[in-house]
Amino acid sequence: MTKMNRISALFASATEPILNVYTTAGYPHLEDTMTVLNALQAGGVDIIEVGMPYSDPVADGETIQLSNQAALEQGMSVAHLFEQLKDMRKSITVPVLLMGYINPVLQYGVEAFCAKCAEVGVDGLILPDLPMVEYEASYREIFEKYGLFNILLITPQTNDERIRHIDSVSKGFIYMVSSASTTGAKTGISADQEVYFSRIAAMNLQNPRLIGFGISDHDSFVKASKNASGAIIGSAFVKMIAQAKDLSAEIVAFVQSIKGKN
Amino acid sequence: MSFNVDERGYYGNFGGAFIPEMLYPNVEELRSRYLDIIAEPSFQEEFHALLKDYVGRPTPLFKADRLSAKYNTNIYLKREDLCHTGAHKINNTIGQILVAKRLGKSKIVAETGAGQHGVATATVCALMGMECIVYMGAIDIERQAPNVARMRMLGAQVMPATSGSKTLKDATNEAMRHWINHPVDTHYIIGSVVGPHPYPDMVARFQAVISEEIRFQLQEKEGRDYPDYVIACVGGGSNAAGAFYHFLDEPRTALIAAEAAGLGVNSGHSAATTFLGKPGVLHGSKSLSMQTEDGQVIEPYSISAGLDYPGIGPMHAHLFESGRATFYGVTDEEALVAAVECSQLEGIIPALETAHALAVFERLQAKPNEIVVVNVSGRGDKDLATYQNRLKLND
Ligand SMILES: Cc1ncc(COP(=O)(O)O)c(C=O)c1O
Repeated sequence: MTKMNRISALFASATEPILNVYTTAGYPHLEDTMTVLNALQAGGVDIIEVGMPYSDPVADGETIQLSNQAALEQGMSVAHLFEQLKDMRKSITVPVLLMGYINPVLQYGVEAFCAKCAEVGVDGLILPDLPMVEYEASYREIFEKYGLFNILLITPQTNDERIRHIDSVSKGFIYMVSSASTTGAKTGISADQEVYFSRIAAMNLQNPRLIGFGISDHDSFVKASKNASGAIIGSAFVKMIAQAKDLSAEIVAFVQSIKGKN
Repeated sequence: MSFNVDERGYYGNFGGAFIPEMLYPNVEELRSRYLDIIAEPSFQEEFHALLKDYVGRPTPLFKADRLSAKYNTNIYLKREDLCHTGAHKINNTIGQILVAKRLGKSKIVAETGAGQHGVATATVCALMGMECIVYMGAIDIERQAPNVARMRMLGAQVMPATSGSKTLKDATNEAMRHWINHPVDTHYIIGSVVGPHPYPDMVARFQAVISEEIRFQLQEKEGRDYPDYVIACVGGGSNAAGAFYHFLDEPRTALIAAEAAGLGVNSGHSAATTFLGKPGVLHGSKSLSMQTEDGQVIEPYSISAGLDYPGIGPMHAHLFESGRATFYGVTDEEALVAAVECSQLEGIIPALETAHALAVFERLQAKPNEIVVVNVSGRGDKDLATYQNRLKLND
């Protein structure tokens, strides 16, 4: 791979905290996916994480579950997502990650899936139920062949030795889960969590970190970014778009408010 | 070929631990300790004492003469229906709560479909003084009201799973989410040989008491310690795993699994996973599961709530793929006929799940000198409303 992955380029050049926003593909309406992506970029988001809806998302709380279910009922699928993202790179310049569960990827075919990701311009994957041992044994070679970064998670319960191992396998960044929870279960950042953030910051890992779960507004974004390169917002964004009347305008305003630019 | 789990947590191509990082410390703690805990003499002593004095083991192996005469062979019924709480499920919950205690856990979470595993979990939690939360699909809560009442009577909190299709698979998702949100003080008691490694192996080991007893009971009654056939129904596969366990490497014993075919394997209303499933990941392990082309889990259908699950445990996927076990699809109607037959020939009203296993004699064509053991996984009390309704018993 000669071309630098967009994620590496972003972290190498960023001067301000990085904001990664999660959105569920095919939501709020089936064909909103590209509208949402374009508005996120227009608002100034740094990374877009596109959720591939799944019937049984065990790591997700109610908000994201319901968005997954709604998207599936509207006819969303992995194949349709690739159709929607076909010309994504004509407008989207920020890094794009696909987030989802391993089963739909297995059904699509791991290699076919990765090839399609590379073709439409996806930079990396977040597959929470693909554990590190399985990744190393059976997936890493294929992901790397297509230049895809596999983003791995750490939690407050992950021990130092495992964090070092995850760091050695990771590319792009490490997804730091802020508390022992599913998505959207808790909001705000407590003093305990700040202790955890600074403990990890002091480990001098080779990969940068983004903090996710419980980040919902400017305040929690700034707090999280003090001990990491930035943060990830999911449930708060999905809740907002569920009710948005003017989707694009409200997304732009949301991103700007998180970044403190309005 | 090995039919037991390997050190990576696999049965052939199936198994593993496909779990989010949030569950890794819990599952890893269990994986690294379960074999040592189970091997401790104090564990073995407590486990066997409870199986004997609390569950009522060994359960009888009963020669069913009238069924035998009808099918011109030798049919034995392994009476798991006589276990405390009415099904085999309690063998596993006794084992797991003793493991949970030794891991220093104070709270238990579980999922349940028909409510049998929920009742068995609530029972051992009461026995051990542990807090108990059982997730149950909102739809199942409505259609299994007596078991909901039993769980509450036993002091458990029954939480409705309102996500997805609001049935067993969603209750399992909710129990996993609960465990993610309570990683330190809680143990998750899974109710079948499903879930991430080491659950399938651990549950199979606790249920293995079934085949251990069949061996010595057959030795006593028939002078040989293996049957020609062992038959069991498969939802997730725990009673079958227990009934097969000590015969996995016995080539003289054919292993027969009965799956719920609902209204017919190809009717679109079925739970016959080996016929309809594809390899995939569900609830933390790679196995066979019913899913769309896009990899979305399909909601299965069966008259029997305990067999109404879109997957099977990885051990059974391996037994199927390797040809070691033979799988039959049994429809609702066939199960009902078999339930009536067993009731009226032997005076034993089986659970609807078990009725699927009792429905394969005709297809088996066992010889007059052969020995067939059927695992009677549970009793029919919980299914009386369905029997009344479908068999018009009150008309
Ligand atoms: C009586 C009985 N048999 C069988 C089953 C199916 O479970 P498994 O396949 O794990 O034995 C159940 C589940 O509720 C049950 O209650």
